Amino acid sequence: MTSERPNMRFIQGNEAIAEGALYAGLQFYAGYPITPSTEIAEILSRRLPEMGGTFIQMEDEIASLCTIIGASLTGLKVMTATSGPGFSLMQEAIGYAVMAEVPSVIVNVQRGGPSTGLPTAVAQGDVNQARWGTHGDHAIVTLTASNLQDVFLMTVAGFNMAEAFRTPVILLFDEVVAHMREKVVVPGPGEIEIFERLRTSVPEGTNYHPYLRREDGRLPMSDFGGVHRYNVTGLVHDMWGFPSTDSTIAYDLLHHLVDKLENRADSIARYKEYFTDDARVLLISYGSSARSALQMVVDRRKKGGKLGLLELQSLWPFPAETVREKCEGRTHILVVEMNMGQICHEVKKVVSRPERVFLANRFDGIFISPGDILRVLNMVQGKGV
Amino acid sequence: MRKPKKPNKQTQKTSSTMQTQRIILSGSGGQGVITAAIILAEAAVLYEDLNAVQTQSYGPESRGGATRADVIISDAPIYYPKVEQPNLAACLTQEAYNRYSRSIRPGGLLLTDRHYVRQDPRIDAHQVPLDMHETVMKEIGNPIVLNICMLGALIGLTVLIRPESVAHVLERRVPAEFLDMNRMALQTGLDMVTKMTR
Repeated sequence: MTSERPNMRFIQGNEAIAEGALYAGLQFYAGYPITPSTEIAEILSRRLPEMGGTFIQMEDEIASLCTIIGASLTGLKVMTATSGPGFSLMQEAIGYAVMAEVPSVIVNVQRGGPSTGLPTAVAQGDVNQARWGTHGDHAIVTLTASNLQDVFLMTVAGFNMAEAFRTPVILLFDEVVAHMREKVVVPGPGEIEIFERLRTSVPEGTNYHPYLRREDGRLPMSDFGGVHRYNVTGLVHDMWGFPSTDSTIAYDLLHHLVDKLENRADSIARYKEYFTDDARVLLISYGSSARSALQMVVDRRKKGGKLGLLELQSLWPFPAETVREKCEGRTHILVVEMNMGQICHEVKKVVSRPERVFLANRFDGIFISPGDILRVLNMVQGKGV
Repeated sequence: MRKPKKPNKQTQKTSSTMQTQRIILSGSGGQGVITAAIILAEAAVLYEDLNAVQTQSYGPESRGGATRADVIISDAPIYYPKVEQPNLAACLTQEAYNRYSRSIRPGGLLLTDRHYVRQDPRIDAHQVPLDMHETVMKEIGNPIVLNICMLGALIGLTVLIRPESVAHVLERRVPAEFLDMNRMALQTGLDMVTKMTR
């Protein structure tokens, strides 16, 4: 019989998120359970305390995110998980985490919206909310995945980016990926690099400037409640962390918040390519709908169709350079997603021939199938419906 | 007793490349069809080195009513995770049968329990009605393991995966006090179809 590999698991997507978070060093979770993300809280309520961490079930999603922001400032790796309705409540605190530059990981397992929408049905309608749900000019990191091994890896990557860039990171998954079960090989300790935050070398008794950037733009942290006293605020602030209305400070701070991520868009970009070398038609997709897109590509390839797939795993900052380059020279570009065209719109903005970009979508709670995508392709290629 | 037809040749596992198996297990909430689907898929992944993906119909409508779990097993990568046209299906209630039996791939294998389901002869499938409920009640005395008996029958009919692989998963998943009962149910299901094909 086949020998069982001890690190090979057959688990659900939500469990892969929980396992990825634990692998990345999660120490503190506060959340309010909501379908279809509930299993993340259920699993972590058992596993996290076993590993010496803290799990708190909160009264709501506003408190959940505020609590992990506080915990993160004290030096812990933190996460919360929710779905669309809870994600809406978190928007104010996301802005706070952006402004105060607090490493934090926010999982949104998307379901049908708006409002309480379709609680048990799949959707990808929160793509723009992840980008612009909180007010004011800012940048944010949003990652996603279509299979459970990648769900695990993207969760780890999300923690690493949160710590490296001092930013909230949105892990934007969906109901199909979260509730599906498949194989996950959990890497051994040390197989994936785990980032730890940069801590200040300023000793006790010496003034620590929490928002005084080093030459490379990074901000060393001091565990809140430890040896240094400092202020943290959502207001525009100076190097001491105290509020300021100085226009020079405001200009510099906003530029810093946007540039630290947008200028690194290329290194943050995560994507996968399938059959793109000679593809005349390029599909672009992400999350669970990328599985249907890939199925359709593989099926058409068997019949000689020159199709390829670009699967985006980072949505924000939008990997504009990658998308522009990969779309060059294709006869048709088909964006496959389960919303009314949120990423399709971004693709049209960055490609040289936006008239070649078409949308294959569903937003009625039904998981998009390879047949749904083929019908749209036939239509745009003039082959009828 | 009407003799069931022999299972489709296509569902037989061949030596090197297997045909992708698309399976729907259905019944009513509480019959354990989702558990059976997870056990089947987990056994294929952990003990047969195959790929498997398991999904389920999910939502308020899945309480009571017709519950459905999808499993795809293949030696190739699996992309689209849902089953549109199963080549193997099991229905443990009339409602599930009425809802899902028509989606079966022509010539596929359709397993039902005679206690719950009256088959429609017009369906183009190798329909196998078994007295699983009756046998489980007689030999084990607890309907809770009907799902594992069904799994035994399915494996016996198709050579999907080896029974030992399912037994290994049962050892991992089932609480010790219920393990023997589940092992018996698996064997009962296997025996029913072994007798039948002789």
